[in-house]
Amino acid sequence: MSDKILVIGEARDGELRNVSYEAIAAAKKIKADSEIVGVICSNDDIESQAQEMIYYGADRVVTIKHENLKTYTPEGFGQALMRVINDESPSGIVMGHTSIGKDLTPKIASKLETGLVSDAVEIESDGDNVQFIRPIYSGKAFEKKIITSGLTFVTIRPNNIPMLKRDESRSGDVNSKDVDVTDIRTIIKDVIRKASEGVDLSEANVIIAGGRGVKSADGFKPLYELADVLGGAVGASRGACDADYCDYSLQIGQTGKVVTPDLYIAVGISGAIQHLAGMSNSKVIVAINKDAEANIFNVADYGIVGDLFEIIPLLIEEIKKIKQ
Amino acid sequence: MNIYVLLKKTFDTEEKIAVSDGRIEDDGAEFIINPYDEYAVEEAINQRDAHGGEVTVVTIGDEDSEKQLRTALAMGADKAVLINTEDDLEDGDQYTTAKILEAFFEDKEADLILAGNVAIDEASGQVGPRVAESLGIPYVTTITSLKIDGETVSIEKDVEGDVEIVEASLPILVTCQQGLNDPRYPSLPGIMKAKKKPLEELEIDDLDLDEDDVEAKTKTIEIFLPAEKEAGRVLEGDTGDKVQELVSLLKNEAKVL
Repeated sequence: MSDKILVIGEARDGELRNVSYEAIAAAKKIKADSEIVGVICSNDDIESQAQEMIYYGADRVVTIKHENLKTYTPEGFGQALMRVINDESPSGIVMGHTSIGKDLTPKIASKLETGLVSDAVEIESDGDNVQFIRPIYSGKAFEKKIITSGLTFVTIRPNNIPMLKRDESRSGDVNSKDVDVTDIRTIIKDVIRKASEGVDLSEANVIIAGGRGVKSADGFKPLYELADVLGGAVGASRGACDADYCDYSLQIGQTGKVVTPDLYIAVGISGAIQHLAGMSNSKVIVAINKDAEANIFNVADYGIVGDLFEIIPLLIEEIKKIKQ
Repeated sequence: MNIYVLLKKTFDTEEKIAVSDGRIEDDGAEFIINPYDEYAVEEAINQRDAHGGEVTVVTIGDEDSEKQLRTALAMGADKAVLINTEDDLEDGDQYTTAKILEAFFEDKEADLILAGNVAIDEASGQVGPRVAESLGIPYVTTITSLKIDGETVSIEKDVEGDVEIVEASLPILVTCQQGLNDPRYPSLPGIMKAKKKPLEELEIDDLDLDEDDVEAKTKTIEIFLPAEKEAGRVLEGDTGDKVQELVSLLKNEAKVL
């Protein structure tokens, strides 16, 4: 019998997050010939999301709709997923290492009395033995982990394991399951949206991050413009957040978000070690800073020493030219 | 109120990391209270001061962990417990830690358990939710505000930058996020008092556990440093030239545009 791996899909604003598709690719990496079963918990219409999971490589999808799954709670989603896990008896479970993934998976691992590898950035497998690579010590080192007993349970860091090519010719069953979701002891009264609209920082391919050198909230305007031209998101160092140039929801670093975009442009950021912890694994790093001695230049692939207020507008113009 | 804090000793990640024989070298390294656990200690003290009760700080570690426990006592915690696994366990994982804590809490009546949302060394963030689940109490992770009124608990939770307002009741476990409070530095009188505060030392045997009960489910087989990055290129010329060269490099060499 072949293996079966559950991939827990996660929706936001009516669409699945990219990391859910990456999780399907991760499941394939764990065992190429396994049956991949997507799971989506929601109160929305989730048919189209389920269909997308199939296009991205899932063999079939189980959906659970319930009014108590409208917003995520560990107990609500926990009950729904435990029911699917009990019915399906999978050999593995994969989910994104997102706010929800981090919150939910340890609960399930505890219920199942199993291990859990959190925040993997790479998976190596020869079909039988699977090794997970994950950053430790704020990305200053990596560890290779194996699961010695029980379920292959892993969360993956967004933006690291490439999703498979979307294939509309794929088909598979989408089954909805009735689960009674009750006794929620943590009630979500309200959600205050602070994170910027548009591109999600943890999933952005391009990030323009500003530091103290940006000097003011107004100084961030050209950064937003550059992000716009590049289809990216704006982030910030702790220094810029502490100085009230922008909201803490934009903070990247040890105590903020950890990001690994394809292109990270650090603008007026000195490169404190806490900041590097959040971005040093980005694929290409550009530093723009007027201080030639700034630490950020040590991790940057390309650096420009100079006045950011002069450089950014020129950069926007140049990029517009090649994007035409 | 019976308040417990789960505390972990961590390597100070501002230290340079070196690896030898597949292990992080920690000879002579500075160890600290995991920074997120400091928020938990501070919050526990504040809640006790507002509502009465007692703060007990619990850690799993070795005899050197006493130092971090004394620091928490000096900040204002009342009691400390060190579960010393040095002689009994080689390698544990989050399953191991949660199992030990579950056994520890079996005969306790905790109203509030606080932990950091993640430890900066292994950064799995699993232990808090695992412990809550095994004790059958609800949990809220990454909290930035905690208000307790009788049995009712109002929480602000950071969700990737958005804020969720959560209502629950005691007993509960919460994990702390930056922004919850500003942890105090231990005062000199605090440090003096801490020396006399009770610090209980237990081994897993005292919790009716043996090695097999807590055997890890995962194993680290290798630790390595990221590949050394080649020194980056600082572009030369006047500003216009530098910007043009950058765009061309990003497009043709790095292929990210």
